[in-house]
Amino acid sequence: MALSPAITDLEELKSHPAVACLTAWNPAAVQGVKFDRDEMTIYLDSAHLREACVILRDDRECAFNFLSDVTCVDWTPAEPRFEVVYHLLSISKKERVRLKVRLGSANPVVESVTSVWPGANFFECEVFDLFGIRFSGHPYLRRIQMPEDWEGHPLRKDYPVEGYR
Amino acid sequence: MAHLAPTPVIEPGQDRTMILNMGPQHPSTHGVLRVILEIDGENIVRIMPDIGYLHTGIEKTCEAKFYQQVVPLTDRIDYLCPMTNNLCYVLAVEKLLGLEIPPKAQWLRVLLNELTRINSHLVWLGTHALDIGAMTVFLYCFREREEILKIFEIVSGQRMMTSYFRIGGIALEPPLGFFDRVRDFAGYFPEKVDEYENLLTGNPIWGMRTKGVAIITAEDAIALSASGPTLRGSGVDIDLRRDMPYSSYEKFQFRVPIATEGDVFARYMCRVQELRESIGIVRQALDGMPEGPIKADAPKVVLPDREKMKTQMEALIYHFKIITEGFAVPAGEVYQAVESPRGEMGYYIVSDGTAKPYRVHMRAACLANLQTLPTMCEGRLLADVVAAIGSIDIVLGEIDR
Repeated sequence: MALSPAITDLEELKSHPAVACLTAWNPAAVQGVKFDRDEMTIYLDSAHLREACVILRDDRECAFNFLSDVTCVDWTPAEPRFEVVYHLLSISKKERVRLKVRLGSANPVVESVTSVWPGANFFECEVFDLFGIRFSGHPYLRRIQMPEDWEGHPLRKDYPVEGYR
Repeated sequence: MAHLAPTPVIEPGQDRTMILNMGPQHPSTHGVLRVILEIDGENIVRIMPDIGYLHTGIEKTCEAKFYQQVVPLTDRIDYLCPMTNNLCYVLAVEKLLGLEIPPKAQWLRVLLNELTRINSHLVWLGTHALDIGAMTVFLYCFREREEILKIFEIVSGQRMMTSYFRIGGIALEPPLGFFDRVRDFAGYFPEKVDEYENLLTGNPIWGMRTKGVAIITAEDAIALSASGPTLRGSGVDIDLRRDMPYSSYEKFQFRVPIATEGDVFARYMCRVQELRESIGIVRQALDGMPEGPIKADAPKVVLPDREKMKTQMEALIYHFKIITEGFAVPAGEVYQAVESPRGEMGYYIVSDGTAKPYRVHMRAACLANLQTLPTMCEGRLLADVVAAIGSIDIVLGEIDR
């Protein structure tokens, strides 16, 4: 089972239901796509993330009705520094798709998806706690894993593994 | 969906209500879960789980280790299903590498995973019943669990933190007598499940404590990202083993138990039926166990046998390289999910092409399942909280990581 190279051409991946659905809705929201190791990734504009999630959840062809996971990757010192990653699952179609939003280091804010899936609550709190990404519209964003008075965001790459001494 | 919005900070000061802290040291919170309750007499007005008491920063630690050194860390996430976490992690790395795993290793992984599921469900059943007041079941469940732990000890040398799976296969050939021991266990275990069911399923006290208690609808469970028996107890028919098979699960015949009521009893029935299905899968794995190697043919990734290492120069060099430098994994990212005893366990691994993972994220099933607690409990009695927490089967190590 040799690895085949990733496909990043939007034209080639147009037939995927999630890509077709999002480009039909708003082509400007889709910044890029990647199909690698049998997994579909769609890069979205951060301003359109929440609406895109609503579209993907309610569209009949996609039906990505289940939010599996929300997490983040820190690519420091590259800019935009953060990638917030959403994994969606369609319970009826047994399909997965990954959504990604890139955020700069200056003011990392993205709209919360708790109004789309209330289950995003803990996941977003965790990303806020460990990466310092803020989610606007989250009903109660707080430190969930670390103590409330903790300084810094431990999963950022500039945070030492041993912690600050 | 406004009714599912999380509770903001609970502050004292209302006239009729009081704030009650349950945990973090409380026997029926299964670890160090703290639940903040606002109660009006015996009725729950609001409830908010508070977690983080067991946060160990495993995700951060993973970034400082070689890929193969992460395997023992995955055991420590969930002490009840180490093999499931091992499997999920190694599958994710194998997907990143594009490795093909020999059939025997895949079948052994399935066999051990189903034993792990039984182990986890037994501890759940025992403690859940103990919480509600049925003492005897606990002793019965731990009797059978002991045998599973002995089987784990035979095969891996450890009772709980097994670390038996390796990237590219499994660590060692199972020792002599292993399969006979598992076959014995698979032979008598279904009778034991009948025993547990005799004690609980038809028991009127058990029924009163569980039926119609802590109900959650299918729509709410999906919206709250619940998975596993918590979701199937509400009538949603999904099981990743069947629907998105991994590690040869497509070759096994099993039923996915579903219950539609969405209450504590429905989740109990789902898990007890899963015990029977799992032992069926174990039997199939024993009967159809393929012959062949247990490690993939990838000398740069898989450690060589000791014998080869002592007779062949090349094997010794590979061993030295893997131990001292690790192995580079092609850049990319994968999300691999498996059906753990608690639901969808997922590993999201990002590689930047070096020998250490750039980012390892564990999607903990319990973290999402715990969010269903307010929906289940608000408006109900205080005593039902214990039944509800037991029924979603949480492991705090996995929630906090």
